[in-house]
Amino acid sequence: MVTLKELNPRERGVVVGWAEGAPPTRLLEMGVMTGTEIEVVKLAPFGDPIEIELRGYRLSLRKREAEQIEIERLGSTHE
Amino acid sequence: MSEPAQVLEGAATQTPQRQRLVALAGNPNVGKTTVFNRLTRLHHKVGNYPGVTVERKSGFVADCDGVPIEIVDVPGTYSLNPRSLDEEVAYRVLIGAIEGSRPPDLVVCLVDASNLERNLYLASQVLDLGRPTVIALNMVDAADGAGIEVDANMLSEELGVPVVPLVASRGDGIEALRAAISGPLPIPVRRRWQLDAAVEREVNDLARRLEHDLPALSAQQRFSDALRALTQRGADFFEVHHTPGFWTQVRAVRAQLENEGVSSEQAEVVGRYDWITPLAARVSRRVSQPGPTASDKIDRLLTHRVAGPILFFVILALVFQSVFTWAAPFMDAIDNATVAAGDWLGASLPEGPVRDLLVDGVVAGVGSVVIFLPQILILFFFLGLLEDTGYMARAAFIMDRIMKRVGLSGRSVVPLVSGFACAIPGIMAARTIENQRDRLVTIMVTPLMTCSARLPVYALLIAAFIPAGHAFGFLSYQGLTLLALYLLGVVFAVAAAWLLKRFVVQGNQSVFVMELPPYRMPRLRDVVWRMLERGRLFLRRAGTIIFAAAVVLWFLATYPQVEPSVAIETRHAELSELQASASDARVREEIAAQLAQIEDERAGYALSQSAMGKMGRFLEPAITPLGYDWKIGVALVASLAAREVAVGALGTIYSVQDADETSMSLIDRMRADVDPDTGRPTWTPLVAASLMVFFVFACQCLATVAVVKRETDSWRWALFLFGYMSALAWGAAFVTYQGGRLLGLT
Repeated sequence: MVTLKELNPRERGVVVGWAEGAPPTRLLEMGVMTGTEIEVVKLAPFGDPIEIELRGYRLSLRKREAEQIEIERLGSTHE
Repeated sequence: MSEPAQVLEGAATQTPQRQRLVALAGNPNVGKTTVFNRLTRLHHKVGNYPGVTVERKSGFVADCDGVPIEIVDVPGTYSLNPRSLDEEVAYRVLIGAIEGSRPPDLVVCLVDASNLERNLYLASQVLDLGRPTVIALNMVDAADGAGIEVDANMLSEELGVPVVPLVASRGDGIEALRAAISGPLPIPVRRRWQLDAAVEREVNDLARRLEHDLPALSAQQRFSDALRALTQRGADFFEVHHTPGFWTQVRAVRAQLENEGVSSEQAEVVGRYDWITPLAARVSRRVSQPGPTASDKIDRLLTHRVAGPILFFVILALVFQSVFTWAAPFMDAIDNATVAAGDWLGASLPEGPVRDLLVDGVVAGVGSVVIFLPQILILFFFLGLLEDTGYMARAAFIMDRIMKRVGLSGRSVVPLVSGFACAIPGIMAARTIENQRDRLVTIMVTPLMTCSARLPVYALLIAAFIPAGHAFGFLSYQGLTLLALYLLGVVFAVAAAWLLKRFVVQGNQSVFVMELPPYRMPRLRDVVWRMLERGRLFLRRAGTIIFAAAVVLWFLATYPQVEPSVAIETRHAELSELQASASDARVREEIAAQLAQIEDERAGYALSQSAMGKMGRFLEPAITPLGYDWKIGVALVASLAAREVAVGALGTIYSVQDADETSMSLIDRMRADVDPDTGRPTWTPLVAASLMVFFVFACQCLATVAVVKRETDSWRWALFLFGYMSALAWGAAFVTYQGGRLLGLT
């Protein structure tokens, strides 16, 4: 198991839990919850934040938040 | 079923034929503005909700019989759980808890077909409010492009309410939506999603208690209030609505659930998505496997590791270049028009205090407000384009890492950089910052960015006191000075942001979670409309304060009026006589020039004896440590309204006609000015440096203070801004002057 922060661009994973405490409600409301599939799209030019795709849309969040999200790798999409 | 009864009662006490009220809700970036503008055909008005800075936009649409229906635009949010100001306002609008308003008769919830799951989250909250609801399914074309087909009929069946498909950008479906809005009201639906069983039990329990405490609420309202109270930690906002006993029970239930290992906070969100996710899958069909979309291709360039930041700066540079160059002719025209209006008024009114008040107070005051308009309009045109194309979110995405260092987020970049043109549109642009704490800090430091109004002051002082030579043969000292002044502002803005965030502005640590919407073609009409809206807002709200202040400053500069100086008047009389008797046109012209100079001296003398002149003298002890004499003090007082006034005020004091910033005579006079007590020159390069540093920091701009008051809805923050910037200006000028003297500079 890894955290979302450790996924490379183009890698996909499914949320399995939260590293510590309760997930921020803002993230939950944006649809990030246990069982949600996430693909890391890219890093921002200066390395933070990251861009992810979930539920058919794009979201950006900081690595500090990504670190809290525990992920099981699903593989990666290559073009 | 008390709700319909309430509505009927309300109708009876109001006009017999009550106007229908429709609320337009939806996520950000779903084209709500376009739908609103299309429906109302731009017949709308903009204001603020009472007591908050969230904008209230409402307009009218005619139903089939031509009877107007009022549409109110609900702030775009992802949720109705009130954590942010926008969300709180959105929720209160929808339940009719806004002061002086009633619940909407119908809610139109805009849903993005290409982003169905997350949009249905808000829609499910809207449906739970128990009001008649229509779903407007927008951007079905974008969904087509992504290879997804959404079955609107099936969605309508699943949700239990009418669904109208739209392509708002093309205007498709708008007529159908208009018909739905004016037709018979759909029946509200019951909740179709399930809570975690343990939480559900407790919520029902709490709802029963509310039935006892507040029998006026409908069953649906009771359930959603109980749910909200239990699941939202920040729900204290609702505390006023319920009895203390209810809250004791809420806390007990929260603790009990926590012991059982059930997170009540997650229960609501998870329950909704557990219903939405399979529902969205049932109503949408993937018709083709999409490759990278056009948006992806654009994004690959615009957020590229190397090209992204470069393009960001290029785009910003182009925007601000345009703001400067495009605004300049309009600003000149406004300036000329102000002068012409003043001249015309001056010529057509009899001499006296009324004329002077109208010409120098009112007309000049109006001019000082309107002069900002070109920059504001042009900047907001570009900001609107950047926002509507989706680039603004990318700019924040690119710059967030750097802004995080000082405790701000990427969202602060654009307001801060706008401050280089003018702090006012920058402060207004801070509205896009979701986190209230970040927004406030951004507003507080934006005026430290060097705006264009400081340039005339810098230009005058640099031309007068900075040598024209070059360092290393190519770096001009004058240019370097200007650069240093800009950098000084930036460095202190960053430092002030860090300090304010740490010690002054309270609030929640923000979770930076930002949607990156697909790039879209902006609709020019929406952009232009928003630009005009901003301009009107500025004129109406800030304009009144600036105008009043300009009139007050005029009074200070004019009164008390003293007996004219005998020496000046004698010379004036002599010259007038000479001019009348002179026969040679050349001689007459020469005398006229001298007369003009004496008249300026007369004005300078009057100013020095006025309340403002006295204030300059009064200020002298406070500004002597900065190296300034009373004349500079007068310039500082006069430029409280606007920085560039300092140049004109110095011109008046030094009695030079047409004291524009390149006027050599003003510069010569300043250089030649000598302190009568010590015999030393009033102005030295060190004094000039101290004054320039003062202007880097001082909040010499009433328009800024007025806009901060408006945007924060509090005089406290407006006065705090003025106070901290003035203190910083004094301190920095003190360090500059006294430090310079210690180093042996003069």
